[in-house]
Amino acid sequence: MTDERLKKTSALRKAMIRPELGALAGVVLVFAFFLIVAGDSGMFAADGIMNWGIVSAQFAIIAVGACLLMIAGEFDLSVGSMIGFAGIIIAILSVQLGWPMWLSIIAAFVVCMSIGALNGILVIKTGLPSFIVTLAFLYILRGMTIFLAVATTRQTIIGGVRDASEGDWIAFIFGGVILKPVFQFLADIGLIDTYVRGTKIGQPVVEGLPMLMVWAIGLIVFGHWLLSRTRFGNWIFASGGDPVAARYVGVPVNRVKITMFVFSAFCATVLATSQVMEFGSAAADRGILKEFEAIICVVIGGALLTGGYGSVVGAALGALIFGVVQQGLFFSGAESSLFRVFLGTILILAVVLNTYIRRMITGER
Amino acid sequence: MTQDTRFHHGHATSRQPLLEMTDIEKHFGPVIALAGVSFDIHPGECHCLLGDNGAGKSTFIKTMAGVHKPTHGSIRFEGKEMKFESPRDAMEAGIATVYQDLAMIPLMSVTRNFWMGREPERGRGIFKSMDFKHANEITMEEMRKMGINLRGPDQAVGTLSGGERQTVAIARAVYFGAKVLILDEPTSALGVRQTAKVLATIDKVRSQGIGVVFITHNVRHSMAVGDRFTVLNRGKTLGTAVRDEITAGELQDLMAGGQELVELEGSLGGTV
Ligand SMILES: Nc1ncnc2c1ncn2[C@@H]1O[C@H](COP(=O)(O)OP(=O)(O)OP(=O)(O)O)[C@@H](O)[C@H]1O
Ligand SMILES: [Mg+2]
Repeated sequence: MTDERLKKTSALRKAMIRPELGALAGVVLVFAFFLIVAGDSGMFAADGIMNWGIVSAQFAIIAVGACLLMIAGEFDLSVGSMIGFAGIIIAILSVQLGWPMWLSIIAAFVVCMSIGALNGILVIKTGLPSFIVTLAFLYILRGMTIFLAVATTRQTIIGGVRDASEGDWIAFIFGGVILKPVFQFLADIGLIDTYVRGTKIGQPVVEGLPMLMVWAIGLIVFGHWLLSRTRFGNWIFASGGDPVAARYVGVPVNRVKITMFVFSAFCATVLATSQVMEFGSAAADRGILKEFEAIICVVIGGALLTGGYGSVVGAALGALIFGVVQQGLFFSGAESSLFRVFLGTILILAVVLNTYIRRMITGER
Repeated sequence: MTQDTRFHHGHATSRQPLLEMTDIEKHFGPVIALAGVSFDIHPGECHCLLGDNGAGKSTFIKTMAGVHKPTHGSIRFEGKEMKFESPRDAMEAGIATVYQDLAMIPLMSVTRNFWMGREPERGRGIFKSMDFKHANEITMEEMRKMGINLRGPDQAVGTLSGGERQTVAIARAVYFGAKVLILDEPTSALGVRQTAKVLATIDKVRSQGIGVVFITHNVRHSMAVGDRFTVLNRGKTLGTAVRDEITAGELQDLMAGGQELVELEGSLGGTV
């Protein structure tokens, strides 16, 4: 009973109907562009790569959380505020109250993931759109962050974290650098430049692989596996695709959604902790607008704003595009405010493309 | 037929209904949606439930499927008195329902839809993953049995026609061991060819010994596959008829409440 009209589907069209396709094309385009425009600016030398690599990794960490949550049919607009909040909690507990760094970090994770769960429970119980509920937390958390910082230190920036994290292994998991011998070796054989002056003479310009990147790669791999290979992944798609139909066949939709809110909070806290370790300080204004940037990465990556469709690999590619463009504009000496213009433009293009892809999937209906 | 069953109780098991609903009433506050409806379904038969809009068909099958609890009346499944607390209870007992619009998620693949909520797994502990190889094979196989050749198991449900979607949902229910399959207006939104496909599927399912409850407003669709016909009107049954003992015209009359339609027919010149 095959329908002769279906046979015309070409391999090309089949490849088109993948959420990542647009983002992949975007990556190729963006790299080609900056290779031409800024190829000799050091953007593609080891330290240049590390520069945009780290920025991309930062976007990727929160994009993975936002991606799974969006596919499950919800948004979390409190991610950016939570990044600031988590950082301030770590700094207050460790620097001001003298808690050991590992305990402060664990406490920040517990508090933030509980707030993530609260976000989820409120969305489920009130039946309000997550847009509204998490918008409330965007303000609540940012306000709390500034209040706590000022109340304890009279400042919005709390320093001294680096000293407090000396020798702490959990701090290393977030702020450390690994594979140093490998990078030294690469420098010795001339693949990475070395410092030619100063106290670090002879050492590679890129010390090693920052844990921030390890987290990004780890979260991307985990998220991709969870979404595309596991039963829970199928539940994520189902919960976002049609919660009523999913519930009817026994998918625990509420649990799935709440878990994804918690996971989104987890990702935000990972980024916050890494930043605090890297800068050695926490600032109350950190993470502003990050929630939207995460959502844009996810949308560029092919996910539908309405849920039920998307890809973690796509979101990661979206994050890569972001990192490369943001830093590439800097390398090519362009006005950095143009980055925002780029963001807005690419967002529109991505959504238009997504709408088209969805029409193809649902058979032009 | 119902009388008959009662007399043979305990003797011939094949004559014992799979599911027997007796004197079901359902009130929603002041609204009496069902005022004492009796209905039974045997293995391997297609029992059509007909009725005009608002007659109470959906309410009745929702009581059968565990969505509503009856205000009064008894539900016996395989001879045992049942009290379904949720659709899950009814599903576990073997009563599966395919609703017109809630059956499938268009953006997901056929395999993902087919196994939704019951995904097969392999591996251990935290590395447990969904067994796509097995899931894909079974899906393709079950769809072939129902006469649908998929392009591939990863084809999105959205690319299937309405009738094919209905068939995926039916195949899924059958594969997961439904003994009673309730279809709520499966043909109401379909064209001629698609309807024929779904009716053929109903016939296949029935021949496997599953009892099919087929809800429709369309007398011709019901006559095409039905073994017995129960007509609901304003929350009451006007009786159950057996195939060959009733004509389409008589069923049509019953649905519209007899008298009224006769008058209508006069003014429309027999076109209804
Ligand atoms: N949850 C409810 N609360 C109050 N009244 C209800 C509820 N569900 C159904 N009813 C009423 O019960 C009656 C029967 O409705 P039902 O949906 O069962 O009809 P139906 O036979 O399925 O009609 P249709 O052919 O239009 O689908 C209607 O008068 C309806 O308004
Ligand atoms: Mg109905």
